[in-house]
Amino acid sequence: MKKTSRRDFLKLAGATGAGLLACGAGSALANEGLQVNNEELGMLYDATKCVGCKACMSACKRVNSDYGSLSYEKAKFDEDGLWDAPSDLSGSTRTLIKLFKESEKRWSYVKYSCMHCQKPSCVSVCPVSAMTKEKISGIVDYNKNTCIGCRYCQIACPYNIPKFQWEKAVPQIVKCDLCKATNLREKGITACAETCPAGAIKFGKRKDLLEEAHQRLKDAPDKYVAHVYGEHEGGGTNHLYLASMPFNKLGLPEIKPEAPAEFSEKIQHTIYKGFIAPVALYSTLCFIAVKNMKKHQGHDDDHKKGDK
Amino acid sequence: MGHSEEYQKLEGKIFTKSFFILLSVVLLGFYFVGVRYVKGIGAVSNMSDGYPWGIWITYDVATGTAIACGGYAVAILVYIRNRMQYHPMIRSAILTSMFGYGLAGFSVMVDLGRPWNAYNFFIPSKWQANSAMFEVALCVMAYSTVLILEFLPAILTSIEKSKWERMNAIRNWLHPKIAPDKKTMEDKLEMVRLGALWLNPRLNKVLIFFIVLGITLPTMHQSSLGSLLLIASTKLHPLWHTGFLPLLFLLNCVFIGYSIAILESIISSYSFKRPFEIEELSGLAGLIPFVTVIWLTVVIGDLSYRGQIHAALKGDFYSGWFMTEFLLVGCGSLILFVKKCRRSARWLFISASMIVLGGALYRFNVYLIGFNPGQGWKYFPSFAEVMITVGIVALEILGYKVFVALFPVLPNMDLHGAHKKKGHAKKHKGSEADKTLPAGEAHAH
Ligand code: SF4
Ligand code: SF4
Ligand code: SF4
Repeated sequence: MKKTSRRDFLKLAGATGAGLLACGAGSALANEGLQVNNEELGMLYDATKCVGCKACMSACKRVNSDYGSLSYEKAKFDEDGLWDAPSDLSGSTRTLIKLFKESEKRWSYVKYSCMHCQKPSCVSVCPVSAMTKEKISGIVDYNKNTCIGCRYCQIACPYNIPKFQWEKAVPQIVKCDLCKATNLREKGITACAETCPAGAIKFGKRKDLLEEAHQRLKDAPDKYVAHVYGEHEGGGTNHLYLASMPFNKLGLPEIKPEAPAEFSEKIQHTIYKGFIAPVALYSTLCFIAVKNMKKHQGHDDDHKKGDK
Repeated sequence: MGHSEEYQKLEGKIFTKSFFILLSVVLLGFYFVGVRYVKGIGAVSNMSDGYPWGIWITYDVATGTAIACGGYAVAILVYIRNRMQYHPMIRSAILTSMFGYGLAGFSVMVDLGRPWNAYNFFIPSKWQANSAMFEVALCVMAYSTVLILEFLPAILTSIEKSKWERMNAIRNWLHPKIAPDKKTMEDKLEMVRLGALWLNPRLNKVLIFFIVLGITLPTMHQSSLGSLLLIASTKLHPLWHTGFLPLLFLLNCVFIGYSIAILESIISSYSFKRPFEIEELSGLAGLIPFVTVIWLTVVIGDLSYRGQIHAALKGDFYSGWFMTEFLLVGCGSLILFVKKCRRSARWLFISASMIVLGGALYRFNVYLIGFNPGQGWKYFPSFAEVMITVGIVALEILGYKVFVALFPVLPNMDLHGAHKKKGHAKKHKGSEADKTLPAGEAHAH
């Protein structure tokens, strides 16, 4: 109830003084609601199995080098250039293994990469459709030939995934696309999942991954935090996580089940209503302005006559 | 009326000390723009993957366009609320809007990583109506065009009326070496003049529809500037992240717009040493509190509805910024409730400045200060980044100055000069305004 009244208020607000708009805008937009599609492709990362070898990282760079995520990164300490040691996801790194140390005896690896959201914020905000979500596979893909580099996707992504090439004169956004044009096309599996020697990354359909994840939780409840990260976060993601430590400690943010994009789109749609509202506003204002002008013109003529 | 005499004075005014100071600031800014295009945005700015939007978006676009909303706010007043007595203010307001929006557009081109792809905005298959930015971009582009159209009559009239010797003189004076011989120039100028004569009445007939478009478009994109941050539900501090962002941004640009119109008038009166337009200003000032009170009510009502009042009063970093913004707007409006203050140029100036500052701070709070991507990201603009913004603002002022000199159509110019002339100047300006803006002529045709 409260939500509806708020929406109505916004509707009115869009009109500023032209209250008529509320009528013109018509009834509330049918609430599409978010349907989770479990047939989409995704990955399950089990932090308890990961040994931190970072083979997945180098595989990703090797395979996808033509798609922007190419260069090896020097760390500050690395004067001889012997390490590939990115400190975070970046314009050269699509996936990254980090180590979280709680104490000397308790630590956990964690892998970062695009979560391939069910309802991706980045796709919702991109003004030129450079970020897209594939209908069948659910892959969230980026097209540098369309992107204008506004970086709105970076603002929008709750996981801080898309990265920008700040140091380049011809920059692009870099983020995981499930090896869509490379390993996935050639071998039917992502490079990281194919490479992982410890079986920490499982590639497959979301429904199978979810089933597997819950099975693992059931089989070894002591080992895990009883939560599959990504099952409901932000409307659900196709990249799922199991871990032995609270996910927020691993740098995965706590996100409500409602997708941020649902909230913003609802309001945006309410205001614009497929362009009925702006047109209504425009015609209302035209009506008022023309009427006022005629009135004024009358005054003006009187005035002029008086002058003469 | 001594046109040429007046004109001389303006000619003398172009190359002043301030002109060269501004010019050097512009050049410095453009040097950094050059660096940005050669070495990438990272080379000049402190923006990062955590703070992908810095002051270019926050100030130049989100705040600058609100400050440029004087034209919008005054147009609502004149054409929608039918307060024709504010008509004389509209042209200078529109001119400022034109430069403000031009500035925003320019800085977007500096900020975009891949500007050469911007043509995608015009390809329907690439349109993404869910994106608030798509809406902002299209509206801002359309509005800039509309602003130029709205201002065009002023230019056309001045061309029509100007004797081409005068144009000739300026041209000679501006470019003594590259000026073509007199004959060709006279012919060309005459053609321009005829063109203006042809276009002006036709434009006047339809101008009201552009003016209304110029009210609709800012209503849309100013609220969408608020919508841009709706998506950042996990990053924007709850003090500012609310479904009311679009409404708050819209109200915010209206009260900033009126306050700016007041400031503009006071400053120009002061610098041209003519009496303050207290009558008009106090009328405008009386309107501002209506808008700010709605704004403040929505802010408080929404905070209590979402149970965030405690966050506002917490006394931490965020609540400090929030309180500053809130008090600036609140106290500024309180002053305007006092009738005596509304009739004092000093108090008008103080309160309008407070409201503009508070309103601008609100936008900074939403776009930068209240934005926290987590993971220890920090942002403070770099020197080069600030200089690019300052350079663009300087360019705007510079452009304004030159523009005023080339097209002497602003009220300021007419009113410039001895006090005795004032009545005469005003009348002249009034009749001109009637001609160029549709009020008088559009329907006479
Ligand atoms: S994680 Fe971020 S970049 Fe990846 S799909 Fe979701 S919103 Fe887009
Ligand atoms: S930076 Fe590119 S991909 Fe990201 S929102 Fe802007 S246009 Fe879309
Ligand atoms: S390849 Fe597998 S085990 Fe090695 S770091 Fe990557 S996920 Fe962990």
